[in-house]
Amino acid sequence: MPMLKVSHITKTFGGLKALDDLSFSVEKGEIYSVIGPNGAGKSTLFNCINSIYTPENGTISYKGEEITNLSSNGVASLGIARTFQNIELFSRLTTMENLMLGRHLHMKTGLLASASMWWRGSKAAQEEIKHREKVEEIIDILDLQAYRDKFVSQLPYGIQKMVELGRALCMEPDLLLLDEPAAGLNNEEREDLIFWIRDIRDEFGITVVMIEHNMQMVVDISDRILVINFGKKLAEGLPEEVINHQEVINAYLGQP
Amino acid sequence: MTGQLIISGLTIGSIYAMLALAMSIIYKASEIPNFAQGDMGMISTYIAYMILVVHGWPFWMAFAGAMIFAVILGFLFEFLFIRRAKEPNILNLIIVTLGFQLFLYGMTGWRWGSDQRRLGMPFSETDTINVGGVVISHLGVATILTSIIIMVMLWFFLSRTKLGLAMKAVQQNPMAAEINGIPKDRILGISFAISSVIGAMAGMMIAPITTLDPNMMWDPLMKGFAAAVLGGMTSLPGAIIGGYLLGIIENLFGFYVSLEFKSVVAFLIIVLVLVFKPAGILGHHYVRKV
Repeated sequence: MPMLKVSHITKTFGGLKALDDLSFSVEKGEIYSVIGPNGAGKSTLFNCINSIYTPENGTISYKGEEITNLSSNGVASLGIARTFQNIELFSRLTTMENLMLGRHLHMKTGLLASASMWWRGSKAAQEEIKHREKVEEIIDILDLQAYRDKFVSQLPYGIQKMVELGRALCMEPDLLLLDEPAAGLNNEEREDLIFWIRDIRDEFGITVVMIEHNMQMVVDISDRILVINFGKKLAEGLPEEVINHQEVINAYLGQP
Repeated sequence: MTGQLIISGLTIGSIYAMLALAMSIIYKASEIPNFAQGDMGMISTYIAYMILVVHGWPFWMAFAGAMIFAVILGFLFEFLFIRRAKEPNILNLIIVTLGFQLFLYGMTGWRWGSDQRRLGMPFSETDTINVGGVVISHLGVATILTSIIIMVMLWFFLSRTKLGLAMKAVQQNPMAAEINGIPKDRILGISFAISSVIGAMAGMMIAPITTLDPNMMWDPLMKGFAAAVLGGMTSLPGAIIGGYLLGIIENLFGFYVSLEFKSVVAFLIIVLVLVFKPAGILGHHYVRKV
């Protein structure tokens, strides 16, 4: 059973077909990249998976269960995490608070339980300690120690991207959607990111679907690549197959 | 004399602060100024009146009953009306709150009539304490203390509980909150319930000062709204400071300048704030990247 299966989805905005009868599936444990020129419908695809948009036609299923008509938080509760092209953090909260919010689904939020927090042996305090340990683990992995108590709006762009990645990992997802994770990063940060994405898959067993423009990075770490243009599938396959595909070259460089 | 005016202003300012707080909580979460806020508190106060005066049960039961009613009313308002709005924009939702306000107003008139009633409180409005020449009634002390207790509880809730953190997340970025599995609608419902309770507290504290009748919340609500604008609409400490400040300014103005125009000060302040500092004293406007 594929981890994620997208079947014949169509999404239009006015007269524009952002996604046009698009189908593909992602297997468990893959790093699967989606590439295509600007405006090809890549982010729309992620927004459909996350139920921010509902496609007019077609279905999306996750671990064999249809998720097309769930709410966004319903999709999240099944174990799908996401980062965004234009960083969507809670900008007036600290790094720690942002990461703790990533744990929200794993927390019990009872008010009475919170009121017993002052007693360290209490259930609520024990739970809090457990969640903080998980958050500390993510902080260690992503090297965010120095930014723990800083408001995220004050952090440099590259660090904000890492905090967003950290928040997604705090959800302990089975499927992680990364929307242009390397955009705006310098070379060093990008090297780190490549290393971490591999780690995320190998150590945590998280399946990764990634939208990315940096071809070198895509070819480096992807198991398979999907190319879309005008919302349609142009090509799909192993990295070396895809980059030598004539239609792909045409789409990117223009037809001779 | 000025000291006395400031203390009396602080008493009425506490009520403005509570209503401003209630409106700011909803505004932060949804960008809706909830014009039904006052009458939601008014009808909860009527529930307290029913339990206390009509049934003759003790005050604590009336208080608890009114608060439970306020929680249910807040949840129901969000669940039945706000959530049902299809592809809502802010203007539509404001109209929904105005409609709900008219509905509650009409219901109250139908059920209890427009007679002015008296809500007996365990705090006397005539017995006073005298601190260094400044006189304040027991009810005044209770009102100021109530507003402070609400603030402390709200601060604890927002800064020390997971639900409070989730509420801040929804306020700052609803879409990202949902992607992290935080149910936006339920959090908004909780916001409405909390502000409904705060509004009901304000209603219960103001009913003994004025009288209990269907119109009693209209003026305080407008003042509370003015206080929230003064504070910046998006800042809870701003709403509190705005409320106290408005109560004091209004009282000083009434004594030193013109008693007839006392009520107009609130609206003068709205205009001045919008002209000179649109973000309010503590507000900050979110600027969204496009």
